[in-house]
Amino acid sequence: MTTTSSTRLEAARAALTSACGDVTDGSPADAVDGVPVALVARPASTPEVAEVLRAAAAHGLTVVPRGRGTKLSWGQPPEQADLVLDVSRMGAVLDHAAGDLIVETQAGALLTDVQRTVGSAGQRLSLDEAVPGSSIGGTLATNMSGPRRVAVGTARDLLLGVTVVRADGVVAKAGGRVVKNVAGYDLGKLVIGSFGTLVVVTEAVFRLHPVPAARQVVSVLFAAAADAGRLAQQVVHAQLVPAAVEVDWPADGPGAVHVLLEGTEAGVAARSAALVELVGGRSAAGDLPAGWGRLPWADAPGTALKATFALSALPAVLSAGRDAAASAGVGLTLRGSAGAGVVYGALPADADVTAVRAVVTRLRQACTAAGGALVVLDGPAEVKSGVDTWGPVPALDLMRRVKERFDPERRLAPGRFVGGI
Amino acid sequence: MSGTHGTETTAGPVLGNVAPEATSATGEPGDNGAALEAVGRVARAVMPVTGVIADPTQLRTYECDGLAHYRVTPALVVLPETTQQLAAVVRACSEHGVPFVARGSGTGLSGGALPRADGVLVVTSRMRTIREIRREDQRAVVDPGVINLDVTRAATPHGYYYAPDPSSQQICSIGGNLAENSGGAHCLKYGFTSNHVLGTELVTPQGDVVQLGGLAPDAPGYDLLGTVVGSEGTLGIATTATVRLVRLPQEVRTLLVGFPSTDEAGAATSAIISAGVLPAAIEMMDALAIEAAEAAVHCNYPAGAGAVLVVELDGASAEVEHEYAQVEAFCREHGAFELRLATDPAERALIWKGRKSAFAAVGRISPDYIVQDGVIPRTALPEVLRAIAELSSSSGVRVANVFHAGDGNLHPLVLFDESKPGAGEAAEKVSGAILDLCISHGGAITGEHGVGVDKAAYMPKMFTDDDLDTMQLVRCAFDPDGIANPGKVFPTPRLCGEVPGKRKKAHPLVEAGLADAF
Ligand SMILES: Cc1cc2nc3c(=O)[nH]c(=O)nc-3n(C[C@H](O)[C@H](O)[C@H](O)COP(=O)(O)OP(=O)(O)OC[C@H]3O[C@@H](n4cnc5c(N)ncnc54)[C@H](O)[C@@H]3O)c2cc1C
Repeated sequence: MTTTSSTRLEAARAALTSACGDVTDGSPADAVDGVPVALVARPASTPEVAEVLRAAAAHGLTVVPRGRGTKLSWGQPPEQADLVLDVSRMGAVLDHAAGDLIVETQAGALLTDVQRTVGSAGQRLSLDEAVPGSSIGGTLATNMSGPRRVAVGTARDLLLGVTVVRADGVVAKAGGRVVKNVAGYDLGKLVIGSFGTLVVVTEAVFRLHPVPAARQVVSVLFAAAADAGRLAQQVVHAQLVPAAVEVDWPADGPGAVHVLLEGTEAGVAARSAALVELVGGRSAAGDLPAGWGRLPWADAPGTALKATFALSALPAVLSAGRDAAASAGVGLTLRGSAGAGVVYGALPADADVTAVRAVVTRLRQACTAAGGALVVLDGPAEVKSGVDTWGPVPALDLMRRVKERFDPERRLAPGRFVGGI
Repeated sequence: MSGTHGTETTAGPVLGNVAPEATSATGEPGDNGAALEAVGRVARAVMPVTGVIADPTQLRTYECDGLAHYRVTPALVVLPETTQQLAAVVRACSEHGVPFVARGSGTGLSGGALPRADGVLVVTSRMRTIREIRREDQRAVVDPGVINLDVTRAATPHGYYYAPDPSSQQICSIGGNLAENSGGAHCLKYGFTSNHVLGTELVTPQGDVVQLGGLAPDAPGYDLLGTVVGSEGTLGIATTATVRLVRLPQEVRTLLVGFPSTDEAGAATSAIISAGVLPAAIEMMDALAIEAAEAAVHCNYPAGAGAVLVVELDGASAEVEHEYAQVEAFCREHGAFELRLATDPAERALIWKGRKSAFAAVGRISPDYIVQDGVIPRTALPEVLRAIAELSSSSGVRVANVFHAGDGNLHPLVLFDESKPGAGEAAEKVSGAILDLCISHGGAITGEHGVGVDKAAYMPKMFTDDDLDTMQLVRCAFDPDGIANPGKVFPTPRLCGEVPGKRKKAHPLVEAGLADAF
């Protein structure tokens, strides 16, 4: 570290410490996707986050917001990370208005804590915890969702209001605490999936759903992509209102389509019987299948892919992935929502970059042809530098202009996002 | 719309009864004649002669939307048939600094499509093609001028429909729905327009054509689509919409329930929702609204009811059966004295007829009225309804209530007679006080009708300057020159200027030696 930058950091440290009190040196464990971090600040409230960001602005620090750090390596590594702004001390579930089916929470709250609080009233936040240990803020920033998105949608369908702090330290709110509201721009949607490059989310209000009395899973095995496609089509066009339609295809062996039905005791029984009659397979009450809702790389981190596509392209996407992986000589595990058009893929950590690139290219073609995209969410450093991870993004110019307005000095997680934003 | 809708006046404390010409929202005619000429030339070059209107009499057809109280004659009206034509006109507006306003069917109730006297009104009524019904993808791709109900009509033969159903669905356009993030009775269960529009082709205020979202979910990058939906035409003009199609339910049951008063009906609503039952719709009408509906369409609602609920359950038959039993029990528990169940489409239509005609029906019992649109937490329903009743009795201004009870989205209709001196002002006051009630209960100033020109002045009651300033950063990114529907939504425009912080030289204070960069 040069003398000038270390003096710069010392001045910044003093300012940050007076802003929030909890400022430490970055340890190797704080590194963001391999990029060393000089300082870590842990503000305890929205005003403290604002103070920290103002201090960071005054000292020209680059800032990477962090929830619980479970997805911090997603995206491209930031160009620089002077400061990690850690919101884990802001872990409170602020208010659960059970009668209104609403919860207000701080961004650092664990999704599981929110679920425990609202669960005591028989309710749930319908965001599946795809990555264990996730915070609310991190879930929003990466737009993570799980199997149940088929019935209730994703964060964009559940978030009612947000409090954010801009790079210049200005605190702003959008939306509100009611389920219906069209006053002003919906900034919450802009924040979802922005990977910490736009603002720091400090609080969020969500709509909740009642926990259904019963559930049942109907599972059907398949051997070929075409069969998975046919099954998914049969299920979505039936009038059985599935809560989730998952596809799970391990690198070795047959795949399965799992359909989750939720509702009343009698209703679920009748619907699952009708579904078994329609698609065959077997029906099981209670327990969810192994690996349900977990990302396919959960047990063996490697290259993490997210494929999105129009529903009917499921077989095309599945077979593009499998074929490309087979000819590149690597194993590809696929799992995701056949009912929503989102499938995640995992390639082994030791797959070489050429093989990864081959799979990415083929899958991307299939997804793009189906109105979607293929993103490399995470992977080894060689993959991130050797593969176009975000791929082509329409309206990139407009996105850049939004970024320039919110963070003109490019200090929030610079380089992590699409097009180098 | 003014014919069926009485005189909708507004509650805005600043705009109030000020002539729209006197506000900054509408522009001054005549001071940018040369620029308008130039835009007109481009328009005539790219589209058929009938698509460009400059004749004063014809222009007047477009002088207002559903908020008929505000009228401004636009300088020029264009009716493009293609995205290219529309983009060419917008590009010309951008080059010459001419403001433009998008208009779909003109049914908006907040003056969002109120023209600019110094600008161009871009009407989408000639862009009405349903491009694709993709059953296998559960999506449709439609032009912006396509009528809401026509999407459902086109999808129904495939077993699908378009869920958001504003009461105006027979005439309002998908582009207008998108811009307003419109709701409807069935949005309680199925969500609003923002949950159903998954993509749009947008003509930006600079005249560029960009695709946001599409057939697939979770497009990488910022969710610009999410911000464009509900932005009331201030971020550009949507030239297509990719929408979700929803599978028709196996069974639908519609229930009409009579209660002694709104207190009991409100309590029953809360009980249903908090028990975890999610009906497709829960709509409420109070005694005055029922009286109006009876006078207009003879809907034969339960005699002597102080309030009725229309509850609709839909879904898989096995579930509907069970939910029906629960709803019935909750209603009886909360004092319901009459329950009628409709099972076939004809009976169902009869029940809905009273509800759907209620706005227009109010014209039978009052020469003029204000349609208010505010939101409160559902649990506050009984309390707020009582407070509205008190406001009404203390002011002597009658208020009829017809609304989306399940969502807590109130539509108080404030009745008055314009011909009586002071009556309009008194009604304005009550209408404004109702919004204050919504805000003080943690609610919102609009649930579905939008801010437009009508409620811009109310925005600071819900949002701080910093909130509004932050929203306008998005505006500046899309529309740095502020030509897309200026004067709507925000009480004060933000001057976008240069991108802040992109400093080419040292900060002035640093230069002056008054501060140190480090
Ligand atoms: C009788 C009646 C009942 C109603 N019931 C409901 C209801 O139940 N729920 C509800 O939510 N609303 C309701 N409304 C309000 C209104 O119908 C909706 O706001 C509707 O979405 C407006 O559509 P429109 O095509 O008429 O749009 P317009 O009135 O023409 O325009 C509305 C706004 O959208 C903008 N706009 C229009 N087209 C585009 C485009 N292509 N791109 C960008 N911006 C555009 C305009 O600039 C304007 O700001 C009702 C209105 C009436 C008259």
